[in-house]
Amino acid sequence: MKTPGPDPRTGRRYWRGLEELAGTPEFRERLEREFPASASQFDDPVGRRRFLQLMGASMALAGLTACTRQPKETISPYTEAPETVIPGRPLQYATAVTLGGVATGVLVETHEGRPTRIDGNPDHPASLGAADVFTQAAILGLYDPDRSRTVSYLGEIRPWGDFPGIIREVMKAQAPRRGAGLRILTETVTSPTLAGQIRDFLSVYPEARWHQYEPVVRDNVHAGARLAFGEPVDSIYKLHEADVILSLDADFLAPGPGALPLIRQFAARRRPKPDEVAGMNRLYVAESTPSSTGAMADHRLRLRSGDVQALAVEIARQTGLWVGGGHAAPPATLAARAQRWVEAVAKDLLAHRGRSLVMAGTGQPPAVHAAAHAINDALGNTGRTVVHIEPVRAEPRPQVESLRELTGDMQAGRVDMLLILGGNPVFTAPADLSFGDAMQKVALRIHLADDEDETSAQCQWHIPRAHELESWSDARAHDGTVTIQQPMIEPLYGGRSAHELLAVLMDRTGKSAHDLVREHWIASAAAGQQGPGFEAWWRKCLHDGLVPGTASAPRRVTLRSDWAAALSETAPSVQAEGTFEIVFRPDPAVFDGRFANNGWLQELPRPITRLTWDNAAQVSPADAEALGLQNEDVITLRLDGRAVDAPVWIVPGHAKGSVTVHLGYGRRQSGRVGQDVGFDASALRTSSSPWFARGLTLESTGRTHRLACTQTHQSMEGRHHVRAATGAEYARDPECVRHMGEEPAADMTLYPPFAYEGHAWGMSIDLSSCVGCNACVIGCQSENNIPVVGKDQVLLGREMHWIRVDRYFEGDTDDPEYFNQPVPCMHCENAPCEPVCPVGATVHSSEGLNDMVYNRCVGTRYCSNNCPYKVRRFNFLLYQDWKTPSLQMLRNPDVTVRSRGVMEKCTYCVQRINQARIASQREDRPVRDGEIVTACQQACPAQAIVFGDINDPESLVSRRKAEPRNYGLLAELNTRPRTTYLATLRNPNPELEKD
Amino acid sequence: MPTTPSLTFGSVTNKISSIVLSRRTPAGWYFGFAVAFLLVMLLMYSVGTLFLMGTGIWGVNVPVGWGFAIINFVWWIGIGHAGTLISAILLLLKQEWRTSINRFAEAMTLFAVSCAGLYPLIHMGRPWLAHWMLPIPNTMGIWPQFRSPLVWDVFAVSTYATVSLMFWFVGLIPDLATLRDRATHVAPRKIYGILAMGWRGSAAHWHRYEVAYLLLAGLSTPLVLSVHTVVSFDFAMSVIPGWHATIFPPYFVAGAIYAGFAMVLMIAIPLRAVYGLHDFITMRHLNNMAKVMLATGLIVAYGYMTEIFFAWYSGNQYEQFMILNRMKGPYAPFYWSLILCNVIAPQFLWFGKVRSSPVALFASAIVVSVGMWLERFVIVVTSLHRDYLTSSWGMYYPTIFDWSTFLGTIGLFLALLFLFIRFLPMISIFEMRTILPEAEVKEAGHE
Amino acid sequence: MSQIFHPSTNTISRASIFGAVFLVGGGLWMLQQVNRAPYVTQAFVTREQPVPFSHAHHVGGIGIDCRYCHTTVETSAFAGIPPTKTCMNCHAQLYNDSPTLEPVRASFRTGMPLVWTRVHDLPDFVYFDHSIHVNKGVACATCHGRVDRMALVWQESSLLMEWCVECHRHPEVAVGPRDQVTNPLAGAAAQHAAMRDGANLLKQYDVRTRTDCSTCHR
Repeated sequence: MKTPGPDPRTGRRYWRGLEELAGTPEFRERLEREFPASASQFDDPVGRRRFLQLMGASMALAGLTACTRQPKETISPYTEAPETVIPGRPLQYATAVTLGGVATGVLVETHEGRPTRIDGNPDHPASLGAADVFTQAAILGLYDPDRSRTVSYLGEIRPWGDFPGIIREVMKAQAPRRGAGLRILTETVTSPTLAGQIRDFLSVYPEARWHQYEPVVRDNVHAGARLAFGEPVDSIYKLHEADVILSLDADFLAPGPGALPLIRQFAARRRPKPDEVAGMNRLYVAESTPSSTGAMADHRLRLRSGDVQALAVEIARQTGLWVGGGHAAPPATLAARAQRWVEAVAKDLLAHRGRSLVMAGTGQPPAVHAAAHAINDALGNTGRTVVHIEPVRAEPRPQVESLRELTGDMQAGRVDMLLILGGNPVFTAPADLSFGDAMQKVALRIHLADDEDETSAQCQWHIPRAHELESWSDARAHDGTVTIQQPMIEPLYGGRSAHELLAVLMDRTGKSAHDLVREHWIASAAAGQQGPGFEAWWRKCLHDGLVPGTASAPRRVTLRSDWAAALSETAPSVQAEGTFEIVFRPDPAVFDGRFANNGWLQELPRPITRLTWDNAAQVSPADAEALGLQNEDVITLRLDGRAVDAPVWIVPGHAKGSVTVHLGYGRRQSGRVGQDVGFDASALRTSSSPWFARGLTLESTGRTHRLACTQTHQSMEGRHHVRAATGAEYARDPECVRHMGEEPAADMTLYPPFAYEGHAWGMSIDLSSCVGCNACVIGCQSENNIPVVGKDQVLLGREMHWIRVDRYFEGDTDDPEYFNQPVPCMHCENAPCEPVCPVGATVHSSEGLNDMVYNRCVGTRYCSNNCPYKVRRFNFLLYQDWKTPSLQMLRNPDVTVRSRGVMEKCTYCVQRINQARIASQREDRPVRDGEIVTACQQACPAQAIVFGDINDPESLVSRRKAEPRNYGLLAELNTRPRTTYLATLRNPNPELEKD
Repeated sequence: MPTTPSLTFGSVTNKISSIVLSRRTPAGWYFGFAVAFLLVMLLMYSVGTLFLMGTGIWGVNVPVGWGFAIINFVWWIGIGHAGTLISAILLLLKQEWRTSINRFAEAMTLFAVSCAGLYPLIHMGRPWLAHWMLPIPNTMGIWPQFRSPLVWDVFAVSTYATVSLMFWFVGLIPDLATLRDRATHVAPRKIYGILAMGWRGSAAHWHRYEVAYLLLAGLSTPLVLSVHTVVSFDFAMSVIPGWHATIFPPYFVAGAIYAGFAMVLMIAIPLRAVYGLHDFITMRHLNNMAKVMLATGLIVAYGYMTEIFFAWYSGNQYEQFMILNRMKGPYAPFYWSLILCNVIAPQFLWFGKVRSSPVALFASAIVVSVGMWLERFVIVVTSLHRDYLTSSWGMYYPTIFDWSTFLGTIGLFLALLFLFIRFLPMISIFEMRTILPEAEVKEAGHE
Repeated sequence: MSQIFHPSTNTISRASIFGAVFLVGGGLWMLQQVNRAPYVTQAFVTREQPVPFSHAHHVGGIGIDCRYCHTTVETSAFAGIPPTKTCMNCHAQLYNDSPTLEPVRASFRTGMPLVWTRVHDLPDFVYFDHSIHVNKGVACATCHGRVDRMALVWQESSLLMEWCVECHRHPEVAVGPRDQVTNPLAGAAAQHAAMRDGANLLKQYDVRTRTDCSTCHR
């Protein structure tokens, strides 16, 4: 394998697969060279509990104590050093990480060929330098000790070598039948190479079929486009062009394909200077479940998802758009409040022709999407705030349809071999298809997957899939831009890529993914790059992380005259009394369940609810009161004959008469982290209504289930933690924010102030543009080796996140305002934590950092008690996994791994500060502004976090802090925090001002 | 000033030393010691588990970083006040009634302090590094941070423990000599002999003894006040509403004496009953101690009122919320039962009847001890669990290990006490002698 | 009643009171000594190596510059241990049949790394960066001693924190001319330079006293 990545010819190699593991002594020997420390204990710990008992004292004692005698350590240098690698200095490689087949361009940091961190690729349109929680957490997925490590047949370990033979037999048998018995099931495919391979396959076996299914299915979006324009175009939104944005149940700020640029564009117009307030955009959101987007809304209308169509119709009508004939959704279905809302919104939209935008939610029926398209068209937004492009996915067929067809064929026994390339259909397929049972009728079932999941359990062959960071491939972004994915490391567990599997099908066994991808691009590369020019072009594509000129071309589309007909046809039934609407959402952290075994994501407090380690049936306070439900009560959800038990979580601002459940939980077969956590919402999901359905009934079971919520108190109690103003107020009196709290003068002290010569580091966090997406939390976790503590510990209030996103509800519980506030360490000038530490383990640095010295800490926890912000985190138990080799490889070597009994907290990524300082000193130059980027800042898609030198008046952070919106949290205590906030600005419509 | 004329030098000496030397140990002692010993084993187990697993086996968390460990530390330290107070201050004030109670009061002090001293050690995340809190020259080229109240604690508590120990031991020497001389078996004679450090009761010995004892008394008097003042700094020096208060030092010291005397009563009354020491520990003693309790109790009550007043007068929303949260918040029951125990209950001590009934005194002593424990709970937990940022409010629930450790230290305290009353004279023999009629010098010319 | 103790025991008890003081003091002093002793610091202790590589021969004898093998010392935190290839550059021709060098050749044949025993091993919570020290004119010899005289390398300095902070508090004693850093004599040279114009060098190289904890501990 010739790659710019780690070189197999060098000394550093990783074991691959259990066959090898089980085997030769040389292998074990090499292994021990690899992990000298852990050589004796090369087995996975069985859960934290036992692990603790085993390791308990010894490790902790050995952990972070001071100058004791060092154990013998060895150094294994390369036998032949690769030019690129400088030992001790990390390298970055450009590649892409996909979610639902859609790529986000990333830069992967590797230390001596060991990937440790995923950041966004600034040049990539889907990233712009930021990375969402899923993308960043993929690195943990790579090292997940629970990944399957070997090819298995009926649960028995088989060498990979056996597999091609089996396939050859099948193919021989299928050849005369032109592959009639062959089916390939994939997730959404955007990879040109893979699509090409499958097409070749289908051309050889024309009777074979290719099905695609993605649990977070976008059929409605595409159907909507068909309704409106007659073709399934994709839409690219340009939020920065839009003054007024209307979201019809669209959670476009939540992490997902293509969300990062949207957040960037939206945020860019939420942080005006006093004189730019006019430039603020205004966001209207009509939704059932309080979402990240709803939390940012200037006006939020809570509405059952099923009623959104009526709203859309009404908006369409009032925007002067002619709607054909008497549709079955008369405005009467809308409450007076909604009516008033609609009128104001319509007026606002009309007032901003060409500079407004209407977006429909993935889950909304095609008709609503069509209506949205139509309204945008009528307002002249098309081409300005929204652009339609060629579909990005390789096969734009409705996926639920396709899956139904497949299940039908399987039931009818028309399928001899089913090849599942990734995905976990047995778990995620709509309940009414009973995919699992149908699958049993297939003679030969093969599953390519990351771990032994529900689907693998029902297939004879399980083949471990190579992680995206382990293999060659390519993928397209939401706008079509192609990235060629290059491996950072050889497959840890001998995984195979879909490309290699298809090569086997086509009897080209042994073809490496690298060859296949390269072949494809040699064939399809633009004329200029052919022949000798190719190598250079290829290298450039790899280096830049994208293939120039591959973004989908814009499509000129015209609105079909008969689009409105659909509105009447598909008008939803009126909701029966006493029944509820159920709304399905992908989980903000474990998505469709694919991340269930990812500790970082499991423990990530969800936006709005701040829940971890569980999903819940989210209900409105009103309904909860009516039904006498409390948080954590377990209720039975019944929907046409199917039932599932779920704990209740009351969410202020949730639509009445509606219950929200999140997918991706209740995994029956997963790793040690994700197994049997939460309840399986997809058990209620049907192919006819995958996103919301009516006729749900609730009954209490009398049982309760504890939910681990990281923020139990919702209100600010009249304290001005988050300072907020309307744009108008701010423009009128820029000082209004400052007047919301008093701050003692800096010279109110008996001591002379400390003079910071050189640098003085500080941070500014803009609350107005923070959408609470949690990217900073995961970014920090992966940069700073922050451990996962597990549900029990979270319940005890012992989560370890160095930066947390506080969320407050203000006002009426039925219709509250939402505020996000990321809280890292404030690095106070007068830090209360410092004078109380008996051993001086937390002290002020000459650059104003509040240093935390783990190896000096004796763990009195006095500093944590005395911290008004409670940002300090304590290792109450041995939270770090000191044992699992793969997790040791994950760690950032530049940050100390904390042991038991030690306090820790945000350090402003001091390792990055030091590296930048050293680099600049080596080159005899000052540290440039923006040279030091903290992990949270790097991840933030909204650019809400800015870090830099506050001694330099020209630095971005100084300029931000100079804005009148700037304020210090709890400044009245005279802690004089270095981390300050920019107050939230909202841009309400004067006509809708609360009365 | 004679107490009960029936007593003579001989009888006093007999009566007290016989408890140690000749009289056979009552079965009750064996039983009590067995129970205490079991509790000590429980302590061993709890602390062992703690060291193996980490502080996480307790209920502490963020925001409530201090739980039972510090509550119990302050509680024990408080109890450990009465002894030295009685011995030193009352000695200087020439309060003779102290003589019959000072010996075991001092012992009790030592035991309480050793229980207290245990907690700061084990509540650390990494106890094996405790020595970093001491200013010992080291290979790291750095020192402890002397701005931290915890370091002051280390000094205050260790000094107090040392001086109390010396004070107690010096006081014991003459009696140890007595026991040495009266002991019949060889072993006891040798052991008491070594401890008596060659005391022969010569005039020179007595002279030096008097001087040393007085000096130590003078030395330990300020300590009585300083220890709990410093302990209160642990809280007063912080920024947490409910901790950050100037009233703390006096109010803690008063509380400590309050709790201390309660504990002395709790021990004195049963001892007196079991060993028939009514002649030595008379109603007058109990009565006086009750009065001290009443007085300090009133000071403590005043402390509570001041806190409330400050909160209102400061106009500081965090202070005000803190008080309201104590009264109405999730831990309100603790606050109100604390008021009941520490403020309402002691008011009965105004009545002579109550003060003259050992049973009533014993009961109110227990109530006060519980009350003082509750006070520390309220101060530590309710202040921390809801401080400034509403987002990080939380709750604290003690775990089984919190309780077992607490019970364990009570066991340790009792065990030591049982050993003391069995092997050492629990009442100062020679000092009792000095207040007998025989001790009054008969001048010539007087009939 | 007979005396159980001879009067002389009084002297013993008196002596013991004073003795205690010295006992405690002595104990503390002992502790200090042990913590600084090579037994704990491992200073001056040569380590067993797979190949008895002699710095005395290669540096002292042949006069190879440190950076020929420790290539990344100026650019990275890690000075760099030479890959087997570097050894083979010469030893493909020289002594290419010597049995002592067999492990080297084996490593080159098989691609299996040579496993050296670490001599200078700091705790994992200490982050030392070679490049910045070298670039500020701290000579190799200042910390590593006269490697050119060591047959098997030992650790010249205690590597105790007190030893680190000494220079971090008074950098002038360690900073010498940049162009002399790899000169084996430069350790001594640094001292002289310091005496001569340490202050100037500090200014010239913009050397500051870095005693923040986060300078080394993150």
